[in-house]
Amino acid sequence: MKKKGQTLFFETPPRVRGAAAVVGPKEGLGPFGADFDLVYKDVRAGENSFERGERRMFLEAAKLAMDKAGVSDLKVDFLLAGDLLNQIISSGFVARELNIPYLGLYGACSTFGEAVVLGSVLVDGGFARTVLGVTGSHNCGAERQYRYPTEYGVQRPGTAQWTATGAGAVVLGLEGEIMVRAVTVGKVHDLGVKDPFNMGTAMAPAAADTIFQHFQDTGRDVSEVDLIATGDLGMVGKEVNVSLLERQGLDIAGRYLDCGVMLYYSHQKVDAGGSGCGCAAVVTIAHLFKRLREGDLRRILVVPTGALHSPTSYLQGDSIPCIAHAVLFEAV
Amino acid sequence: MGTYLTAFLVGGLICVIGQLLLDLTPLTPAHVLSLMVVAGGVLSGLGLYEPLVQFAGAGATVPISSFGDALVKGAVREAERTGVIGVLTGMFKLTSSGITAAIIFGFFTALVFKPKG
Amino acid sequence: MKSHAELEKIQAEEKISEYKGIYGPKQPKPPLAKNVFYAFVIGGLICVLGQLIKNAFIRFGFEPEQAGNPTVATIIFLGSLATGLGVFDNLARLAGAGTAVPVTGFANAVTAAAMEFRREGLVLGVGGKMFSLAGSVIVFGVVTAFVVGLISALF
Repeated sequence: MKKKGQTLFFETPPRVRGAAAVVGPKEGLGPFGADFDLVYKDVRAGENSFERGERRMFLEAAKLAMDKAGVSDLKVDFLLAGDLLNQIISSGFVARELNIPYLGLYGACSTFGEAVVLGSVLVDGGFARTVLGVTGSHNCGAERQYRYPTEYGVQRPGTAQWTATGAGAVVLGLEGEIMVRAVTVGKVHDLGVKDPFNMGTAMAPAAADTIFQHFQDTGRDVSEVDLIATGDLGMVGKEVNVSLLERQGLDIAGRYLDCGVMLYYSHQKVDAGGSGCGCAAVVTIAHLFKRLREGDLRRILVVPTGALHSPTSYLQGDSIPCIAHAVLFEAV
Repeated sequence: MGTYLTAFLVGGLICVIGQLLLDLTPLTPAHVLSLMVVAGGVLSGLGLYEPLVQFAGAGATVPISSFGDALVKGAVREAERTGVIGVLTGMFKLTSSGITAAIIFGFFTALVFKPKG
Repeated sequence: MKSHAELEKIQAEEKISEYKGIYGPKQPKPPLAKNVFYAFVIGGLICVLGQLIKNAFIRFGFEPEQAGNPTVATIIFLGSLATGLGVFDNLARLAGAGTAVPVTGFANAVTAAAMEFRREGLVLGVGGKMFSLAGSVIVFGVVTAFVVGLISALF
């Protein structure tokens, strides 16, 4: 394993042994409905609260991923998990159900990237043969905590995003059809955006910087990557990201998509697009991994983006610091 | 008291003021409604809200601004009757039905219904 | 001669305003005409409904002065019910201030909070958090009435 700048290169690239995406009803009605491993018709996944429903989805995603990887939880060396709820309770409670040594993560919506970064380091560094990474989010749980009660009658601005209800789990190990070639660890950026209903614009600078750093560290040309997919910049943040990269001499148009924009149809009324830890995770696992396996894509850069604010910080007038990590997945 | 037409027009206009504030300023709904209650109270103190109620009927009493008017009216009338202490004792006289209703109906609705999400 | 810290602060501020220049033009504008139209029509109609209800109470024998109270209570009941049935937020998405400014908005704020926090128990959830959204309306109304009332009582 080597490092240049903010990027880690893996000599024995960790492989994706198995991965699963579990989602709620709205996501099941989106473009990737048929690709998800499990679609819940009930937004509480049969549990009696939104928070417990989120845990249920995490657990199901983890179990399905381990099934697909052919491992039981006893064989998994580490569990890396994170979510949006206070004290990352979904992750902690799921760790309670699984017999795996656990490291809790918080990267807001960039958690999927963070989990793959750290999981890959553990595997490539020889510290683990198998690592399970789980993350997800729940629309109602997030709204309840960060914004308003779900039945509150208020109009949302066009820059607002819809927190996805869903969980993604990935088992990293020594065999599999998709490998993690390199990862770029992002720095926190804050260019003064204070509006939590405009997270895409807040996160775009972090995404642009991490993407730029990645190409600078790898010495590659943009054309050598088939697709760049940011986590949840949304329709507004996406455009800003393209502008920012243009100013730095990087033209990603034509090979750039955003998971938040991809996850839903426009008639599903999600304003600027999907968001949440679950967004990048489920789109990558259900859709992008499929395209890699089918040979439609060969090398992709997945860049989950996170806004590191809290309900308190923005009420106190603070702007929103953001982060983005980049993961280079390659078909074997 | 107002007619259906004046109720519609004045009520609609007060909502338009609220909508403009929501769309053109960074104010949240809670800010806008608080502002309107204060405005209702101030107009009431200046003797300007009652004529509006006379003209528009429900067009002035249904918007949240009338809550400010009712609080002021309650305080002022009681003060006229019993002196300055009336400001404290009389304030909720005209608004108690609204607050009580909100608590009662809110409570029982929460017992019966679950949020759909 | 500015200190290093001051220079850094100026640079940071410049970066922020430079970034505003980049993203500003890309921000979607709210559909103002549409929002204002629906706020006007739906808000106006709710007030007409209020007038209808009040006239009905007068016909049932209430004095015009007294009919205001049951009218407000009825509108609040309707707002609460709509919130409980899960339809208020759908109408509000269209109407914006049209449902928020009439007292239906107050009913919705109280009811939505009560419903949402029920999971945390009746006392600390429903009881404790019922006014988390609507409380500011009561607080500022009372403070205003206190000041106005005092001024009017003393002069």
